[in-house]
Amino acid sequence: MADSAEIDIDYVAKLARIELTPDEKEKFSRQLGQILGYFRKLSEIDVSGVEPSAHAHAVYNVWRDDVEGEPMSVEDALMNAPAKRDNQIVVPKVVDDA
Amino acid sequence: MPTRTNRPAAGTGATRNFNAMSETKYEAVIGLETHVQIKTRSKMFTSVAHRFAEPPNTLTDAVVWALPGVLPVLNFEAIRKTIELGLMLGCKIPEVTKWDRKNYFYPDSPKNYQLSQYDMPLCLGGSVEIELPAANRSEMGEHRNVKLTRIHLEEDVGKLTHFAHDSLVDYNRAGTPLMEIVSEPDMHSSAEVFAYLTSLKNTISAAGISDCDMEKGQMRCDVNVSVREFGSEKLGVKVEMKNLNSISNVRNCIDYEIRRQIDCLKKGIALVQQTRRYDAQSGTTQPMRTKEDAHDYRYFPDPDLMPCKISGELLSSIRAKLPELPFDRQRRYMNDLGLPYSAASVLCADSALCGYFEAAAAAYPKNPKAIANMVVNDLLRELSASEVSEKSCADSFEREGHVPTSEKLAGCRLTPENLASLVKVVDAGTISKQMAKEVFVEMFASGESAESIVEKRGLKQNSNSDELEKFCIEAIKGNGKAVEQFKGGNEKAINALIGPVMKASKGKANPGLVLEILKKIIGGLQ
Amino acid sequence: MSEEVFYKSISELEKMLDSRQISAVELAKAFIDRKNAVDSKVGAFISSNEGELLESARKSDERRAAGGKLSELDGIPVGLKDLLAVRGQKLTCASRMLENYVSPYTGTAMKKLENAGALFWGRLNMDEFAMGSSCENSALQTTRNPWDLSRIPGGSSGGSAAAVSAGECAASLGSDTGGSIRQPASLCGVVGVKPTYGLVSRFGLAAFASSLDQIGPFARSVRDAAVVLKHIAGYDRLDSTSANVPVDDYPARLSPDAFAGKKAGVPKEYFSSGMDPEVRVIVEKAVEKCGELGAEIVEVSLPHTDLAIPVYYIIATAEASSNLARYDGIRYTHRSSKAGDVVDVYFKSRAEGFGEEVKRRIILGSYVLSSGYYDAYYLRAQKVRTLIRRDFENAFESVDVILAPTSPTTAFKAGEKSSDPLSMYLSDIFTINVNLAGLPGLSLPCGFASDGMPVGLQMIGKTFDESNLLSYAYAYEQACGWNRCNPKL
Repeated sequence: MADSAEIDIDYVAKLARIELTPDEKEKFSRQLGQILGYFRKLSEIDVSGVEPSAHAHAVYNVWRDDVEGEPMSVEDALMNAPAKRDNQIVVPKVVDDA
Repeated sequence: MPTRTNRPAAGTGATRNFNAMSETKYEAVIGLETHVQIKTRSKMFTSVAHRFAEPPNTLTDAVVWALPGVLPVLNFEAIRKTIELGLMLGCKIPEVTKWDRKNYFYPDSPKNYQLSQYDMPLCLGGSVEIELPAANRSEMGEHRNVKLTRIHLEEDVGKLTHFAHDSLVDYNRAGTPLMEIVSEPDMHSSAEVFAYLTSLKNTISAAGISDCDMEKGQMRCDVNVSVREFGSEKLGVKVEMKNLNSISNVRNCIDYEIRRQIDCLKKGIALVQQTRRYDAQSGTTQPMRTKEDAHDYRYFPDPDLMPCKISGELLSSIRAKLPELPFDRQRRYMNDLGLPYSAASVLCADSALCGYFEAAAAAYPKNPKAIANMVVNDLLRELSASEVSEKSCADSFEREGHVPTSEKLAGCRLTPENLASLVKVVDAGTISKQMAKEVFVEMFASGESAESIVEKRGLKQNSNSDELEKFCIEAIKGNGKAVEQFKGGNEKAINALIGPVMKASKGKANPGLVLEILKKIIGGLQ
Repeated sequence: MSEEVFYKSISELEKMLDSRQISAVELAKAFIDRKNAVDSKVGAFISSNEGELLESARKSDERRAAGGKLSELDGIPVGLKDLLAVRGQKLTCASRMLENYVSPYTGTAMKKLENAGALFWGRLNMDEFAMGSSCENSALQTTRNPWDLSRIPGGSSGGSAAAVSAGECAASLGSDTGGSIRQPASLCGVVGVKPTYGLVSRFGLAAFASSLDQIGPFARSVRDAAVVLKHIAGYDRLDSTSANVPVDDYPARLSPDAFAGKKAGVPKEYFSSGMDPEVRVIVEKAVEKCGELGAEIVEVSLPHTDLAIPVYYIIATAEASSNLARYDGIRYTHRSSKAGDVVDVYFKSRAEGFGEEVKRRIILGSYVLSSGYYDAYYLRAQKVRTLIRRDFENAFESVDVILAPTSPTTAFKAGEKSSDPLSMYLSDIFTINVNLAGLPGLSLPCGFASDGMPVGLQMIGKTFDESNLLSYAYAYEQACGWNRCNPKL
């Protein structure tokens, strides 16, 4: 398991799209290092042959029939919008990138 | 387990002794990721409908907007249709499949993660049969199979419209069921890619899974192109081109990119793995800005959705109703029904047209070829009369953006049975082929049967030999020169005699009979 | 008992309403008055809806007058943790991010309560996005423990626990991801139930960690909690993780003799170390009491208990990092006014909108899922989760219920611990296992420490065995009556 010192706070903050102050970066790096250090005890246990649990009680085939339902009104849909125009959400210009 | 950073890597495609480029030293290797919207009544994870070109944000609900507290529920029909395509393409359908979150931020993605399938997709392997173009359009080209890696099911994103200073977001499209069909790097030219997309489109639309209209965004593809020295086993540096939204863009983009990469190799410029955007105006590709974390999607199993077990019973029930593959149908039309390639290929590109043809052929099984010709020539011509740019051809992409044939046929007054009756009266010699063209137009407009139009307009062909003989004698008398030429061995000269006979009979003379009589009389003169 | 009306149980209030001793409007007014009198000190409410409450109370009175009472909850004011969706009500998650957000739809459990005639009363404080154990992570409101205003109420559903404890509402709903119902219930001296994962629909619950979250009730008695649970439980097509199991009539099945002939397990790992000695003694006494009530007390082992903290914090933060990605400044949340381009909207809106603990957990969750770390952290945690589930399966082969402390300590002083995240995480040790295993658990008052602070006894049941679990709790409560103690405010 990774050493606590390895956490690349800039990279992870970018993944999470959160701008951190230099103080936050320093603090989080230290605290997360400590927490990850504590997590290291997980690596001590043998989990070979153990199935992962993605759900508390997994069942299969929970699906619905293809039936059309009511849409939400545009008014309701946009009532919390920080910026709207022509019944759409306005965002600052998006430069397409990959 | 695949690596976390990328999709499970596609295997190396078989090296083929095929090279579509003039640069014999290099070979292009192309793989496609094709997204196809599935035709369902409701979205992938919620019950609101999805349709093209509705007013912005009128086809949304709390789930589409990813409001606090909402949860997804799988649409079984989308799963069923994806399995159906998988079975048509010979994919393996694993027993267990699950959904994963692909995490990335973009304004068109309301949750900022896309529900997709990472390491346990619905369909694995399989292949798409393609037909390469022959030198002549009326001849059938070479067929081969393009290998598939997988098909998985995910959801579409919303639509951004860009303005000078800002962008607008419409979420009508967000959550539309979307299949991603991933091919192996198993193609080598834009012609093969075109053939692959055509075949996929024909197959998918034949099954009613999607209309695959690229103009409406129902089919889109990302193309991976690399170039290597011919004979090399190792794949070259992969360049990905995103979201090509028309078939001509796909073609032009691939052709440009192959040239560009070969140029670089020739000049010794190192190629870098990157994503490029095709600019249709300049016909070139440009590198896109890529973030360092762009491919760290942090896939993990979606805790809000349960996995699915695809039972043997479900598979058998889908398998029992699989539609015929377009190329199987084409072979059947050509081998069993004796259709020429030119007609069979046009029919098989459009399952609605095939349905019409088969209904007509069933009503009059004696002459499927004549029925096919009438469907491909007369019916398509009349159906497209109102639409300027449409024409009858095997290229289904050319019919995009127009009213689908199925809709036009639904509104067509001429039934397949009536069309068959027209072929029947021609075969019976009741009217001439020439006359049939006119009758067809009238039948198409009125929906009346061939018999009733022939009867009403008194078009019944004159096969009264005594009367026709008189007309023929008159014609021979008045065209001595043509008679001499015919006698002299010019077979075509006799046509000059048929005209006057037709005129004298007011167009009703049976041309076959007239020819017979003329030859007999001229022969008697000798 | 001549208790104030706001301290009465739902069953008592129902009788008063039925006999016209009080009208729903008068009852609503009593709770409004109580809230006005004490909430400046307790601070349980982020926002309140007096007008709406009175209007719905008036309708409830009309129903009763017409003989059309909807259920035993008709006319009873119920508070909601501020992450539950009700159409037209604010839903802040105690975050700047959603400070002005109003829900355009009503979630399933809330719809069921509405259909039962319950009256929604107030939006209750919590740790921001349910991340925390003290309510100190709320960005909008400070909540204190009604038993000692210098102390925290617990969390994350601290407002829901404090509001019931202080008599500001008859019952409330909270959510429990790692103890967020049971721990504040314990610290505030009320009953709190975390149902089996899948019993109550999560549709309308703003997600923290989807595979762990459950909605559950807070109430002044086990019976009251059973009444509320009965009305919110049940299969929901809108939640794919909702269980298609029948819902028992929990209140009808409560029995003071529930422990007779039953085996109650005490996990040895829970009484080992790190526990306040006084709390330990009180809980041990409570366990003894259960023995006196007929239960055979046996020791059980949950050997993977010490791994629960890392497993929980890996799974919960990973899921949260993805669940909270939708709060991005684009569609309905706070958008930074300083953002230049769209990428800036994300970075700055999330920097301004999220509090420190939320940021810390999103970062941690993003890290454990990121390229190169997934297998070591997330996948491994999911496997150990399987082992933790098996621990309980094994234990429940020999016992009917597990008895344990809810929290290792009583409520601590505000500001005492919040600077050290790891030690905060460690205090969840007794509750998170239950979420990882998806089991039902509840906390009920079992005494007071020498500082006067309530101590909770945790009971953990078998999957979907709420009926018996509530009955065990009822038997204990009937015998001891700790729940009848009220804070002096």
